[in-house]
Amino acid sequence: MSKQWPLWEVFIRSQHGLAHKHVGSLHASDAQMAINHARDVYTRRNEGVGIWVVKAADIASSSPGDKGPLFDPSNSKVYRHPTFFPMPEEVKNL
Amino acid sequence: MEKTTVYAQMVETGAQRLRSTHELSSEERAFQERIDAGVKIEPRDWMPEAYRKTLIRQISQHAHSEIVGQLPEANWVTRAPTLQRKAILLAKIQDEAGHGLYLYSAAETLGVSRDELLGSLHSGKAKYSSIFNYPTLNWADMGAIGWLVDGSAIINQIPLCRCSYGPYSRAMIRVCKEESFHARQGYDIMMALCKGTPEQKQMAQDALNRWWWPALMMFGPPDADSVNSAQSAQWRIKLNSNDELRQRMVDQTVPQAEYLGLSIPDPDLQWNEERGHYDHGPIDWSEFHDVLKGNGPCNRERLRTRVKAYDDGRWFRDALVAHADKQAARADAPRQAA
Repeated sequence: MSKQWPLWEVFIRSQHGLAHKHVGSLHASDAQMAINHARDVYTRRNEGVGIWVVKAADIASSSPGDKGPLFDPSNSKVYRHPTFFPMPEEVKNL
Repeated sequence: MEKTTVYAQMVETGAQRLRSTHELSSEERAFQERIDAGVKIEPRDWMPEAYRKTLIRQISQHAHSEIVGQLPEANWVTRAPTLQRKAILLAKIQDEAGHGLYLYSAAETLGVSRDELLGSLHSGKAKYSSIFNYPTLNWADMGAIGWLVDGSAIINQIPLCRCSYGPYSRAMIRVCKEESFHARQGYDIMMALCKGTPEQKQMAQDALNRWWWPALMMFGPPDADSVNSAQSAQWRIKLNSNDELRQRMVDQTVPQAEYLGLSIPDPDLQWNEERGHYDHGPIDWSEFHDVLKGNGPCNRERLRTRVKAYDDGRWFRDALVAHADKQAARADAPRQAA
């Protein structure tokens, strides 16, 4: 059986100045082919000005089960939001 | 010859004078046309060496300022008047560490390493904003810093969200979103003190007296004749003049001080009906240059504290690398055995 091509995650910069955004994945034998395929699969309607491809195996990810321990602690720190400090009507530009 | 962007003061561009279009190479011309058209420059795009170097200096000074900016506030973490104020102050200091990180990362996209950047800070070669070389003498200073220093930083950083370099502009957008909490918590401290006892109100006035002029100096000397400023403006990594931004700060801060019932320590300050702006008295630029040269009240202490924190953490960073190496070696071992 032939070896399966690795999986690549594709990130597209949709407009100048914006960060790349994950759009999906594809199989390719190497990085150049991954970019070519990403061009064909994800930018046929001029959706992008730039492409990143990253081997899926190289991406470290949190697990859905980690959601609580990772993100709950910030719930008790509401003072990180400016709205925690009500400003008087008369005070502008703050 | 001076330019500044509040947290990055007097950044050299290497320019002797601005060159006209026909003096530029075709690459430089295409680069300038992209900037003029408002198209962002990204890390792998061609860019003039001077643009790259100027941005490294500007962004890294900005990063250093965020990092050193934690130190004056650290003085009050253990002395905050309530547990809540302490938690808020810690959250603000934590944000500043994060802002330093965004900015160092943006600088690294230009081909400089984090170690080089920190090395320049620790050797005293790189600059950071002069404002952080002033001491924080009373609790009201936490209020004045948030209100005036972070307030000034916001005024500077909002236009930088539109600067020509993509990673810097995106870092600034993130920073600006988080910064408004900093200014508000500062003003909230000032409001609490001004509604308190006469002694507390006096603390607030004392803090305003000490921070007002250094905050105005943050914007840097007038840059009307500066070649560096003109070059940076052409590259769209400086979008307003120092005086323009300083005027904006004065105009929005004076009414905020009036609301608090505090007086700005400037006998010449008055509303100019004709200009539609406040006029302010002369700024003592000799003080600014002196602090920048290293002779401010806290220059040595700030650098010493920063270097000590880095040196004291070395064994821990080394241990983490040793641990990672060991794990990698273990993961490799069965593969080699097979």
